Amino acid sequence: MGGSQAAGAPLPGAWFRGWLLPSLLLAPQLAVIAVFFLWPTLRALRDAFYQGDAFGLSEEFVGLRHFAHTLSSAEYGHALLLTLAYALLTSVLALAGGFALAVAVEGLRSGRTLFRTLFLWPYALAPAISAALWVFLFRPQVGLGAGLLEHAGVHWNPALQTGQAQALVLATTVWQLLAYNFLFYGAALQSLPPSLLEAAALDGARGWRRVRDVIWPLLAPTTLFLVVTDLTFVLFDTFGLIDVLTQGGPDHATETLVYKLYEDAFRNFDQGAAAVQSLLLMLLVTGLGVLQLRLQRRRVPA
Amino acid sequence: MKRQWLRRSALLLQALLLALPLYAALIAASHAPGDLLGRLPWLPGNRLLANLRTVLGAGLPGSPSVLRMLGNSLVMALGIALGKLMLATLSAYAVVYFRFPLRRTAFVLILSSLMLPLEVRFYPTFQVSAGLHLLNSYGVLIVPLIASATATFLLRQFFASMPPSLLDAARMDGAGPLQFFLHSALPLARTPLAALFVLEFVYGWNQYLWPLLTTTDARYATVVMGMQGLINAGTSFALPRWDLVMTTALLALLPPLLVLLLAQRWFIRGLTDIEK
Repeated sequence: MGGSQAAGAPLPGAWFRGWLLPSLLLAPQLAVIAVFFLWPTLRALRDAFYQGDAFGLSEEFVGLRHFAHTLSSAEYGHALLLTLAYALLTSVLALAGGFALAVAVEGLRSGRTLFRTLFLWPYALAPAISAALWVFLFRPQVGLGAGLLEHAGVHWNPALQTGQAQALVLATTVWQLLAYNFLFYGAALQSLPPSLLEAAALDGARGWRRVRDVIWPLLAPTTLFLVVTDLTFVLFDTFGLIDVLTQGGPDHATETLVYKLYEDAFRNFDQGAAAVQSLLLMLLVTGLGVLQLRLQRRRVPA
Repeated sequence: MKRQWLRRSALLLQALLLALPLYAALIAASHAPGDLLGRLPWLPGNRLLANLRTVLGAGLPGSPSVLRMLGNSLVMALGIALGKLMLATLSAYAVVYFRFPLRRTAFVLILSSLMLPLEVRFYPTFQVSAGLHLLNSYGVLIVPLIASATATFLLRQFFASMPPSLLDAARMDGAGPLQFFLHSALPLARTPLAALFVLEFVYGWNQYLWPLLTTTDARYATVVMGMQGLINAGTSFALPRWDLVMTTALLALLPPLLVLLLAQRWFIRGLTDIEK
């Protein structure tokens, strides 16, 4: 951040000596990481291979039994497929929408600041609060959106209709994620030379071609970054949104991996299954992280 | 140019559509509950202040005090934002301005925590916190969340990009590591620290799952995690109290929104710099 022309690191000798002070400076953060990051990770690793009795008095080593049980269960397969479809669909829609909005706004000759604010604000909302607004908007017989659908002849009842519940979760998530994609595409566009931005200001087929052939390829690094961030958000940060909108229902139709883990851990008190599912989630998010690192490394030739 | 106006009108229409959920909430929050049955009124009513007074005073029947939940959210958000900034600044400073054994190991360890966000390890982290008897406290709302790989990484970049002559000059004046930190490094890091504060305040305020798991005692409930209970409480009456539910929702979304809007200009500038 800032002063990117300055040297990347202090010159040799431009630092302080001693180890006690830097250790003290690092200690608080390392302590938090040890207690609330390393320890829980190790604990999940261990619990995945053990089975406790009903009273929590004794435990026995059960090998891969929890893994086999989870991976072969139809419910877990269902939640996995549902989560992947949900994450992919939401990310694609939010990426496309965020890009289109950012190009349109940054191509304006004036009034850009106002429009940035008008599309950015949902970024600050908690997914659970977004969901509360949408619950009201699509409450049968009460909400504005529900009224429009009922007027159009739809028997709107997301509490019972699985497809409707899924559509509601999808729409709310895209609405929330759009602002995030708009923010990053906008920031990337602002760092391009202004002459290129004029391509986005052209209308009609000519402008569209220039956006496609010039702007879109230039923003490829931003797109790669956003694909991974969007997927991560949808996979892991939508618990509150789903909990407020549908509680994973009806009939598990909106039960994502994280929601299922919550149910198994805190409703069914199945410690082994919860530990295994935690590990699988960790693997998934690590995979996404490695993917992101690789993509970023390719973009910056070292 | 005419085209520009056309484009601007189309954008405005989309912006209004995007704001519809918020507008509907404002309509509900400014009417009496009876007015919300059947078709929703088109314009805001005049009961917003009265509803605010009800929500912040008596609250919703059968649910914890909204005022208290807002206060808890503020404590949690400030605690997380300030905690993250403090820990990250100290770590970044140590890593950039000192040479000592295991320096790289410590930095890699901090960065690796980025790989596994709390959302994927909430279950074992909850078990560890419960084992340490931390549940139902402000500590458990804040401390497990204040390690920050992102902030540490960005501040390290910032410190590393400061000209070395700065340190040489300070040394010539006889400044030690702590004086240099307090009088040079920290004041210069004002802008990135402020941008990070916005990011982390929004992050802290918007937490849902962690407070839901760790606070069963209503005295520690935050307003975001309490939203579902508030909806249930508000709709359990013969006449649903959407007026009060939506008033609470507006109160819950206002603080992070204000922080973002006030800081929008240099928040975007900060992101542009990070992207480079």
